[in-house]
Order: sequence, then C-alpha cells, then structure tokens
Amino acid sequence: MFYHLRALLKYRGLIQTLVARDLTARYRGSVLGFFWSFFNPLLLMAVYTFVFTVIMPGAHPTDIQPYGLFFFCGILPWTWLSSSLTESANVLISGGNLIKKVLFPAEVLPIVSVLANLAHFILGLPILAALLVYYQRPLDPVELLWFPVILVVQFFFTTGLALLLAALTVHFRDIKDILANLLTLWFFSTPIIYSIQMAPEGYRWVLNLNPMTHLAISYQEVLFHVGPHGHWKWLLAVGALSIVVFLAGYFVFDRLRDSFAEEV
Amino acid sequence: MKNAIEAVNVTKVYRKYARKKQFATLKSALLSGSLVSELQPDETFEALRGVSFTVPKGCTYGVVGRNGSGKSTLLKCVAGITKPTTGSVVVDGRISALIELGAGFHPEISGRENVFINGIMLGLTKKEIQKRFDEIVEFAELKDFIDAPVKTYSSGMYMRLGFAVAIHVDPDVLLVDEVLAVGDQGFTVKCLDKFAEFRRRNRTILLVTHSLDLVEKFCDQALWLDRGKTHGEGDPKRVISAYIVNVEKAEEQQLAKEEAVRVAHAATESQPTTDQQQPHNPVETAEAPPDMFKATEGRWGSRELEVTGVTIVDSAGTPSHVFQSGDPLTVRIGFRAHEPLRDFVFGFGIFNGDGVCCYGTNTNIDELEPDRLSGEGEVRFVIDRLDLVEGTYKFDVAAHKLDGFPYDYHRQLYTIRVKARRKDVGIYRPPHRWEVTGQVTFREPGSGFKRGTDDAQD
Repeated sequence: MFYHLRALLKYRGLIQTLVARDLTARYRGSVLGFFWSFFNPLLLMAVYTFVFTVIMPGAHPTDIQPYGLFFFCGILPWTWLSSSLTESANVLISGGNLIKKVLFPAEVLPIVSVLANLAHFILGLPILAALLVYYQRPLDPVELLWFPVILVVQFFFTTGLALLLAALTVHFRDIKDILANLLTLWFFSTPIIYSIQMAPEGYRWVLNLNPMTHLAISYQEVLFHVGPHGHWKWLLAVGALSIVVFLAGYFVFDRLRDSFAEEV
Repeated sequence: MKNAIEAVNVTKVYRKYARKKQFATLKSALLSGSLVSELQPDETFEALRGVSFTVPKGCTYGVVGRNGSGKSTLLKCVAGITKPTTGSVVVDGRISALIELGAGFHPEISGRENVFINGIMLGLTKKEIQKRFDEIVEFAELKDFIDAPVKTYSSGMYMRLGFAVAIHVDPDVLLVDEVLAVGDQGFTVKCLDKFAEFRRRNRTILLVTHSLDLVEKFCDQALWLDRGKTHGEGDPKRVISAYIVNVEKAEEQQLAKEEAVRVAHAATESQPTTDQQQPHNPVETAEAPPDMFKATEGRWGSRELEVTGVTIVDSAGTPSHVFQSGDPLTVRIGFRAHEPLRDFVFGFGIFNGDGVCCYGTNTNIDELEPDRLSGEGEVRFVIDRLDLVEGTYKFDVAAHKLDGFPYDYHRQLYTIRVKARRKDVGIYRPPHRWEVTGQVTFREPGSGFKRGTDDAQD
C-alpha cells in the first residue's frame, strides 16, 4: 500500500495535466467559460440570501450578518466536498476505458476530481475577497495563517472519502443514487446556512460528530467572525481524523484495485 | 539473450454473475453481512488455463487463436491491466499497449492537447512529447485537424491519432491487439513499417491478430491459444499451418451442418409437388424462379428423375467442404429414376457469394447425348483444378430435360469454401507466374519484413 502511495508522487505530472484538462474541458463550449466557477456559488448565495433575508427575515441572529457573506464562507468549501464526492463516485465507471484498456493508475482519477474542484474553490476566493471588501470586514493576517491548514485537512478528508466511494461504487452501483440524498442530509447537518449557536443545545453534540461542522466553523472563524480562531483544537482533531480517513480510503481502494478492470 | 516477457503458468479466472450480482446492493450486502461473500463469484470462467511462454528480447511474437480463446486476456495480463489469478508475468522494460487506441482522449479538447495528455498517460514527459509532436501529427496524417476538438474527428482519425501517440512512446515492449485495421492501405503499410523499425532496433513486439499472413511473415515465434490453453508454440509457419488445419476442420463441420439443414428444408418444402396430387399439371409444380440467374436457394422439379444425394469430395474421396484453391474436387450426384427415361440432362453450376454465376455447364452443353437412364446410379462431375480465388461458393445441381423442363433442380444448396494463402482478387485464378527481363529484381522471400514480394506460383 505504501509502495503505491509513493508511486502517487511519480504521477504528479499526470495528475497536473488531467486537472488542467478537466478545468479546460468543463467549460469548453459554454459562453461564459471559466466565469461559471464564479457564478455558480454567487447564484447559490443569491438564492439562499433571498430566502433568509426577504422571505424569512429575522430567522437568524444578528451575529451572522451580513448573511450573504456568512453563507459564502460555508458554501464554498462545501461545494468542493460535495462536487468531489459526486464526481468520484462516477469517475472509475466513466473512465472505464482507461482502466480496462490502458495501464493506468486508477487512484489518479478520484484525486483529479478532488483537485479540480479545489481549483474551483480557489477560483471562488476572489469573490469572497470582493464581498469582504464590500462589507468592509478586514481580515486578521495571523488568523489567515490557519486558512491553508484548514484547506489541507479538508483535502485529505475529501480525498479519503473520494477514494472510498470511487472503489465501492464499482461494486455497488447504487451508491451513486443514494449519494445525492446523503449529501443533502449532510449539508443541512453542517452549519452553513445557520450558525452552530442556532442549533438546540441538546442536538449540538450530533453536529459536533460531523467533521464538516468543524471545518465549516473554522472557515467561518477565520474569514467571517471577528476575534481569534478559537476552534483550532477541534480542527486539529479533525485533521488527525482526516489522515485516518485518507489512509482507510486508500487502503480499501488498494485492496479492490485489481477488481476494477473486470468490474467496471 | 535475456527475456523480455516471461509468463509462467498464467491462469485467469473471470467471474460470471448469473443473477445474484444484478440485485446486489450495498444495503443488502451490509444487512446480510455478506459484503465479502457478495464479492465472491457464483460461477467462474477460465479465460486462460496455465499458459506459459517466454519472449526473448528483440523477438516478435505472434499470438493466434479463434475468438474467445483468451488472446486479449493474455495481452491484458502482460500489459498489467489485469492480474493473472495464478501464475506470474514478468515484463522487462517499458510497455506500451496498443489495445484500445485513444482510450484516454477527451472529446471536448483539441487533438493537440489530447496528444500531450495521452502521451503523459502512456508515460512520456512533456518534453519528450514536445520533441515527437510533429512526428506524431505527421504519422497520424492530421496536420490540418490537430487543433480541432477530438469529438469532431471521424473514427478513423481518432484511431490514427491514438495509434500515432502509442507508437511514439518508444517502448521496449510493444503489445499490439488487432489494431492494424485502423486506416486505409497506406496507413496500414506505415504501421507495418513502424513495426519493422521496432524490430530493427531490437525491441520486443507481442502481436495478437487474426491475420495469419502477418504472423507468418512478421513473427519470429508464434503461440496458438485454444480455449485458454496453449495448443502450439514455436515456428510461426508450423503453428499457423496447424492452426489453419484446425480452423478448416471446424469450418467443415459448420458447413456440413448448415448444408444438411438446407437440403432437408428444401426437400420438405418441395415434397408435395408430386405426380399423385397434380398428375396432369406438372409444370405448375415445377415452380422455377422466373429468372434462372437470380440467386435463390431452393429445390423444384417434377421428380421423375430425382437427385437423391449430392456429395462433394476431395481427391482422396472424403466428403469435404473446405478446399484449397487449385485442389481437385468431385461432385458426386446420386440419382433415382422412377421410370426409364430417354430425355435427360445433368447440369452443374458454381455461384460465388454475391450470387454471380462463375461457371455453368451440363451434359448437353458438353455434347453428351442422352441415351437411356433407369433405376439408381451416380453421376460425377470431376474438376481437376479448382482455380477459384478464396471465398464461399455455392453449387447448383440439376437434372432436367433437353428443353430445360426440370426433373429435380437443386439451386445453391451446396456450399464449399475455397481457401487460398494468397489474397488475390476476382473469381478465377488462372495458373500463372511472373517473368521479368531488364532492371527488375525482387527481394528474396524472408529477407526482413516483406510485403507482396512472393512470386505467385504455388
């Protein structure tokens, strides 16, 4: 297993190229092209802001004002996670030709979808910056140092799950179908459209079991809330967990690797 | 000499999921705790059974066998795409597999970008591709289209580009699976030249193909797989001829079976035309097709003289359906006359697969005056040399009156297949040779990789 992990380094050229291909190919033929990476989260933000400030005004406390900005801090990383997982569940099957007919390191495919979505995430950051400027909310540069840490934690967490899903979907095609619903459930059990403080005390422990909760809170603490990043202990715990998830995901993937060419 | 490929006792078992797998879901697997057992096969299929072979460095190694004999599986095991269930395959050096051409192409992006991506997938670095890029495009004959998205390519263009990239990876071991059919004649020749260049540079090629000609001319050694087992290995000429004999035997059985069905069918269909039911109007029962040269199978006639059996035999007298071009052939026509006859003609015709009459004659044309005929007997139509080109041919056998009124007409009920090692075209092959004077020389057969330099004399 670790032999294969090391081989991943060898494939970085391949991964790089494939990520670039993914990004260029995705919007090829669309009028706005790359701008969709900006527009999609913006449109989503507009929808939720409309619902929570016009249709249901006063549904949220003042400490998450301006709501649009708060929502944006959570939805960007969430989109990264959910798109990566949705794509990964499909990636081995749609790339079946590569796995069946060419000597191709299969794990590259889910990793590429995670990285391509990371690229979209990063492309969304300028919009976040624009919003921060618009609402005149200065960032603490020291706090900002946490940002890459959160990113790395989320990367390992997402990649681990992506590998696991990719490998299992080859054998159980129905994962693809259930995944959309699970992701919706997961979305609402993560403080993205609400803040963790709004959750009833008695249920907060459930939310705390969700690793994405702590990632979302960390993003919000760094990018939205004023004051020091008080959530770092949780973040490091999730960091340790994400390493475990990554290794577990890779382990399962590696074990099932030989069956891909036959089952895809 | 070191070995490039060493396969020892390779067995590959595929799982067949008859029914269980279709309904297997993650949920049911988890609920019944059968996640592991669910991954166990219901039924297995052995694609390869203990195949061993070694390919020395610089050798061109051909693998032949009928469909489903495990050739492609073997290639995949060598390529490392699948692992053998038991046994081992060791390959020394960089492999490039021409199994699926352009497998990694993305339809939306241009040919140029795809060349780079595909090259990297096949293990080249960006710089290496840069260096070979022009050569690749040149080879694929796609100079004008290289910046168009691959989705706009025709399938031929797609394949050519895939082939061009794969071949320019410059591997130590090249695995080829029946991919030479990707272009026009010119492109095929270019591919073969590229292979020949590989050979000269002492690279190893493993070639899976149905083109026996190619194996015989091109390979140093050959392996014949039959239902997953090694059926023969060694000198290509020997392996191929053994293989051909085997294929012909199978073909023979197939043709014999088909013919039996056809004859039985024609017999039952035309049976009730007999004299008892419509004794005064035999012409109506003899429903010959309006156009005698139109090719439709069938049997008709009044049956006063009945063709009871037609057997096609080879020079040794054994019934046969597969002949080599130039072989002798005899058609044995058994007959039975219900009453003595003075007006009778036996006819014979050969049609090719397109229904074109290649030859036809009868005893009358050949100036054999009918005298008398009664009871049972046999007429033989003897051909000393069957000088037909390769193909499937159907025979007409008939007994009729001098004026053409049919007693028993068997239209295209008998099929033979003519085999020829040379792929000449047309219908008829006159015995021939080439003679030259002046500044013309042909290379000796066997010097390097040759094409079409054989003299056509058998």
